[in-house]
Amino acid sequence: MSKKISFTFDGKKYFGKENHSLAEALLDNGIFLLGRSFKYHRPRGLISAGSEEANAIVQLETGNITQPNVRATEITLYEGLKAKSQNHWPTLNLDIGSINDFLSRFFPAGFYYKTFMWPPKFWEKYEYFIRRAAGLGESPTEDDPDKYEHFHYHCDVLIVGGGISGLYAAELAAKANLKVLVLEQYPKLGGEINNQGKVSANKFRESDQNIIYQNIFSKLEKFDNVKIVTSTTVFAYMHNNYLLASQKTNNTKIREIIWKIRTKKVVLATGSIERPLTFHNNDRPGIMLSHSARKYANKGIDLGKNIIVFTNNDYAYEAAIDFKLINNENKVTVIDIRNNSKGDLIKEAKSIGIKILFNHIVTNTRGRKRINSIFVHKIDNETNKIIDNYGKISCDILCVSGGWSPTVHLFTQSRGKLIFRESDATFIPNESFQNEISVGACNGTYALEEILEEIDNKMSNLLSSFKIDIKNNNHPSLNKIKKIFYDKMKHLWIIPSNINFKKTKMFVDFQNDVTAKDIQLALKEGYRSIEHVKRYTTTGMATDQGKTSNINALGIISKLTDTPIHKLGTTTFRLPYTPVTFGALAGRHVKEFFDVERTTPMHQWHLDNNAKFEDVGQWKRAWYYPINNENMHQAVNREVKATRKGIGILDASTLGKIDIKGRDANEFLNRVYTNSWSKLGIGKCRYGLMLGDDGMVIDDGVTSRLGENHYVMTTTTGNAASVMSKLEDWLQTEWPELKVFLTSVTEQFATISINGPFATNLMQKLCVNFDFSYENFPHMSFKNIEIGGVNCRVMRISFTGEKCYEINIPSSYAQSLWSKCFEIGKDFNITPYGTEAMHVLRAEKGFVIVGQETDGSVTPVDLDMSWIVSKKKYDFIGKRALYRSDTVREDRKQLVGILTKDPNIVLEEGAQLVEEVSKPPMKMIGHITSSYHSPNLGRSIALALVKEGLKKKGKTIYAPMPTKTIEVEICDPVFIDPLNERLSA
Amino acid sequence: MFLINCPYCGEREQVEFSCGGEAHIERPKNPSDLTDDQWADYLFMRKNIKGVQFERWNHINGCRRWFNVARNTATDEILKVYNIGESAPSISGNNPTTPSGEPVIGSGNLSSSFEKK
Amino acid sequence: MHTKPKKYSVFSLIKNALSYHENWQPAWRSPDPKKEYDAIIVGGGGHGLTTAYYLAKNHGLTNIAVIEKGWIGGGNTGRNTTIIRSNYLWDQSAALYEHALKLWEGMSQELNYNVMFSQRGVMNVAHTLHDVRELKRRWHANRLNDIDCEWLNTAQVKEFCPIINTSPHIRYPVLGATLQRRAGTARHDAVAWGYARGADAMGVDIIQNCEVTNINISNGHVSGIETSKGTINSKKIGIVAAGHSSVIGSMVGIRLPLESRPLQALVSEPVKPIIDTVVMSNTIHAYVSQSDKGELVIGAGTDGYTSYSQRGGFNIVEDTISAVVELFPLFSRMKMLRHWGGIVDICPDASPIVSKTHINGLYFNCGWGTGGFKATPGSGWVFAHTIANDEPHELNAPFTINRFSSGELVDEHGAAAVAH
Repeated sequence: MSKKISFTFDGKKYFGKENHSLAEALLDNGIFLLGRSFKYHRPRGLISAGSEEANAIVQLETGNITQPNVRATEITLYEGLKAKSQNHWPTLNLDIGSINDFLSRFFPAGFYYKTFMWPPKFWEKYEYFIRRAAGLGESPTEDDPDKYEHFHYHCDVLIVGGGISGLYAAELAAKANLKVLVLEQYPKLGGEINNQGKVSANKFRESDQNIIYQNIFSKLEKFDNVKIVTSTTVFAYMHNNYLLASQKTNNTKIREIIWKIRTKKVVLATGSIERPLTFHNNDRPGIMLSHSARKYANKGIDLGKNIIVFTNNDYAYEAAIDFKLINNENKVTVIDIRNNSKGDLIKEAKSIGIKILFNHIVTNTRGRKRINSIFVHKIDNETNKIIDNYGKISCDILCVSGGWSPTVHLFTQSRGKLIFRESDATFIPNESFQNEISVGACNGTYALEEILEEIDNKMSNLLSSFKIDIKNNNHPSLNKIKKIFYDKMKHLWIIPSNINFKKTKMFVDFQNDVTAKDIQLALKEGYRSIEHVKRYTTTGMATDQGKTSNINALGIISKLTDTPIHKLGTTTFRLPYTPVTFGALAGRHVKEFFDVERTTPMHQWHLDNNAKFEDVGQWKRAWYYPINNENMHQAVNREVKATRKGIGILDASTLGKIDIKGRDANEFLNRVYTNSWSKLGIGKCRYGLMLGDDGMVIDDGVTSRLGENHYVMTTTTGNAASVMSKLEDWLQTEWPELKVFLTSVTEQFATISINGPFATNLMQKLCVNFDFSYENFPHMSFKNIEIGGVNCRVMRISFTGEKCYEINIPSSYAQSLWSKCFEIGKDFNITPYGTEAMHVLRAEKGFVIVGQETDGSVTPVDLDMSWIVSKKKYDFIGKRALYRSDTVREDRKQLVGILTKDPNIVLEEGAQLVEEVSKPPMKMIGHITSSYHSPNLGRSIALALVKEGLKKKGKTIYAPMPTKTIEVEICDPVFIDPLNERLSA
Repeated sequence: MFLINCPYCGEREQVEFSCGGEAHIERPKNPSDLTDDQWADYLFMRKNIKGVQFERWNHINGCRRWFNVARNTATDEILKVYNIGESAPSISGNNPTTPSGEPVIGSGNLSSSFEKK
Repeated sequence: MHTKPKKYSVFSLIKNALSYHENWQPAWRSPDPKKEYDAIIVGGGGHGLTTAYYLAKNHGLTNIAVIEKGWIGGGNTGRNTTIIRSNYLWDQSAALYEHALKLWEGMSQELNYNVMFSQRGVMNVAHTLHDVRELKRRWHANRLNDIDCEWLNTAQVKEFCPIINTSPHIRYPVLGATLQRRAGTARHDAVAWGYARGADAMGVDIIQNCEVTNINISNGHVSGIETSKGTINSKKIGIVAAGHSSVIGSMVGIRLPLESRPLQALVSEPVKPIIDTVVMSNTIHAYVSQSDKGELVIGAGTDGYTSYSQRGGFNIVEDTISAVVELFPLFSRMKMLRHWGGIVDICPDASPIVSKTHINGLYFNCGWGTGGFKATPGSGWVFAHTIANDEPHELNAPFTINRFSSGELVDEHGAAAVAH
């Protein structure tokens, strides 16, 4: 006896059996009404037993682990499971929304395109109600407590599907010593075998199947080169045999795992999906696909004694026979659209007392919350017109079968080409684009002996590139398999009705409530392409992605437009095969792992000293260091002042550093920077501006000449990687003749920038024996100095306008030198300053920041930096573009300083500037790029790009803000020490 | 995500690489002699081929070397990898069958690829 | 010949319901092409259909055809994430997109077709100080251009969109956002269908499943096109082929400053209303809204290479979903239902080309990149003007192909970074 498991559905407690799905447990408790449809709120029950389920979707669990739209067929029962039906109010049994069903005539496909347009501004109000009526389950409203993983896997052969086909293919690959992975979407291997019961419906076929299955399975277990994973759905087939699968784990730590598989060969053994039939009221609870019902019955679930099977093919007889064999007292009636069948199964069915009505159809059904009866009519075999009324038959369930659709989703995702097979009206794989084969039911091959033979042949071809011969590997029992004759099926895409077609409700897409009539309407209104029909009616766009509806929709269009199906094509089979959890797709790339955090060697010190941080690219840069209760403004003012009065110390380690070596290093710099580098002496530093070939500024920084053919370049923090890449690009692809080698050393060296009038004093204390006189160590030069036994490169350059030493030290020593500076800098009020103070200090000097004063549309001339653009050099990157008709215009936007008339007002960065204030729209002439309070000047300062700004210095213009207009004056952008006296003082 | 066979490292995922656009566009040696139109032609105008395109790729998260690739942009099939400086190879295979460049098989536009059996 | 279409309204709906919807007319005809037209539009997407519509409506040119290779609205019109806004930085862009937005505001009534334009607001979120600076620059520019735009601080962001994660402890915290309340979303397919119906009613022939194989030119002037349905003559031909613009251009030896790249998008399973606005973040690369059907509509960035395969790398999708989950942790247990790819034609300055060419009578409308949907009506409006008058409208004068020679680019990379 299996264990009893308790669960709740809509708040009521039930008991289920171990290894049952939620769907099975509900049926076992006699619950057939499981949900309401999207549009008409019609009562719905299970239609299937698998991932194609369109109706039975529930809200699983509550609180932070709730999940909407879960297919009851895909959830294995566990103790305490809580499920809730969806899309109804107030209850599943009494749903006010079902009034839509009675008014359905007023809600045909696309009705919303034709109305809700009056009064004109009212759409948002209509939309409010429409949105609330739409939607299915409810989004979680709390953070997900679970974790997800990604798992990379490489193998020789990936087999998708763990049914007989997949496992037999696995056995062949395994014997060839290949690394094989088998993935099965359900918890249990076996595929169709699982639909069978202990009793054998079809003596020949199924006993053979079972023997072969057991045989293969027992062998497979012995191979350690085969990995078999269940509850894992392959949902995407991308380029170069890259497939993605999602695994539901039983692991409490990791909820789902995304498998990322790169494999040499793929075997698709994904089976097929049974098709419903399209007849009036074909959607009631208790109407199921025949093989799904068969599976439930074989699992011991009581579906009732009075069973109708409505079919157009022989396969449904397997279900009919099972129902009878399970309980001989069951009354089983088959209603067969065809006029006859010579199939072996039909003979067997007759022999055990199953009643068969050929040339008959189901024309209507009754039973609101569970089917209780059907109406049957006789049709003429040629015209398919109704010729006689058979009458009403009462029933407990109605099993339907419209044949099979091979599961070709992954095949088409792989970009393979399908072909239409008329005999059973299916699309089957034809031409492969990738290294893959389809076998078994997903290839439209259903008979066991044919499947095994197909696998033998196809595997032999597939594996031939491994130099493996698997021929003569025919399964020993193959020749013993008895052939079963299946007669032809007959396709009636729309089952005739005794009532007028226009009054019928023949559902095609059950979840989205799309009927055959809706498809007719779409066609009538000119939406003829299959894609237009899909989009206009929403058929195939529900959470089941049209697994049961797409082919029927095509068939109906084909019939109504009298166009062969193969000329219609199909809609694209989009990934994922079944929906995939966002959290799983994100994997571990959330929260603390969302993006890499880059920190400098002094990061811990910054943390210990209460630094606030700014994100610059992936870097965490110290922004400012508040003391006690200082706000940002106070802290920055203090840092700025201290730097101009004593010593300010900045962690500048994030600047990009590129080591440039080689015979042609000098020529290389001449080409990539606007200025000339030929005469830069060894030991000297020079500022450079880098342009794109469109003439726009992309980077700046100081480059030092270390030796005859050796330089080190600094770049901006944000552009370090892109500049490095661009330089490599030029060297490797455009100028291969240049002998230059680039190495990024950004992380190898930390940079400590010591600024202020007492900077030299500190340096002198650090390096007692070094001569820091201006004569020996002037501005724009560097020295290699040993500090505390570590070789450092010290550059005298300045981004603040103060005397400044930038110490480049191997990263691992940086933290200790940084601390040492504080120790000996105490006497000079050494103050750490962050990026905000750095911005203020450089703005006081009118220095630009690339990316702040520039935005990809600014030339060096616009920055009033013509002095750095060599006129003598024949060429450099960006030169030609500076001479285009637009770039030579004199009325371009140019960099200027801005002073507010009221010195206390600090302009907002990004504020726009106008010459004349009016009501909007106003003509803007530029914008504020940088703006700060300058504590040294005791007033606000700003930089701006202003149209013809250079000519307008002294002019008053305006910054119209939301609440007031601010009067400002255009001025020179250098606010402090225009003669650079502080550098050498 | 397709695979690219880096000539220096071997086959790797496309995410390890960055694409540098069309190959065989040489930077003019005499920029100052060119008209604005000619400069724009070098700088901006592209063939943007649907079908076999010759393009530059960089193994940016690997060896950082540049190389050329012949790729069918309609299907993302890589047909050849060759060195910078080599001239474009002549390539055939899975050629576009229509003016808009739909190849026989492998493109995203599947609507034309069904037949009756 | 066609007859004037019957008006759609709640009354016509009821009337037709009573006759079981047997009497609806086709929204547009499916005519065979004529031998000659006054103008031919190549490309039956949103931009092509609006061009035809406004050629007929504003310029009285009704003897025109829209030639579509597949089915109308099947390209980026039917594949985008339907975001509509006009909060662009530069005056030229702002003017064009604002003109489009104004047309959106009256579109359903103009077309008598409900395109479900939902002005639920678009929020552009700032995560770094650089973002704040750039978004504020755009905010102020919008204000002075008389385009509605507001700045929201973090608390206001939370108030406007309560489910967004504004914790200061996430990797890239929300520092603020701009909000354009008039911006929003629409039903993308309906735009194509509504304009097709409107154009058809004025006599425009919409010819589907008709592939252009060549463009005929004589003496420097276009004379017609060769198609899979034969030769069709016209002295004016407008190309509105989006991702395939370069393919058409190559037929007449025109190279364009375009790269056609994969752009991917996806939707979740439908749920009851959970997010009532559109949230866009360029820095962490996520944008999300909820369709009226209940699906979360999520866009990703472009892949970094040319491709017409309508498929990108799945890594892009993973990154996008990570960003969405980072910004909206409650969506972690939601599921991706459907994913697809399109082909976007991107200009170096992230602005479109709506322009004459050196061939008389040949016009190009392309380069809308990832953000063309919002411009649909405006694009058609100005392109129709350009074709009818052989001169650009003042709104598209800055968007000629000549700007790439002069250097007068309209670089929207600066503030928009990704111009969705």
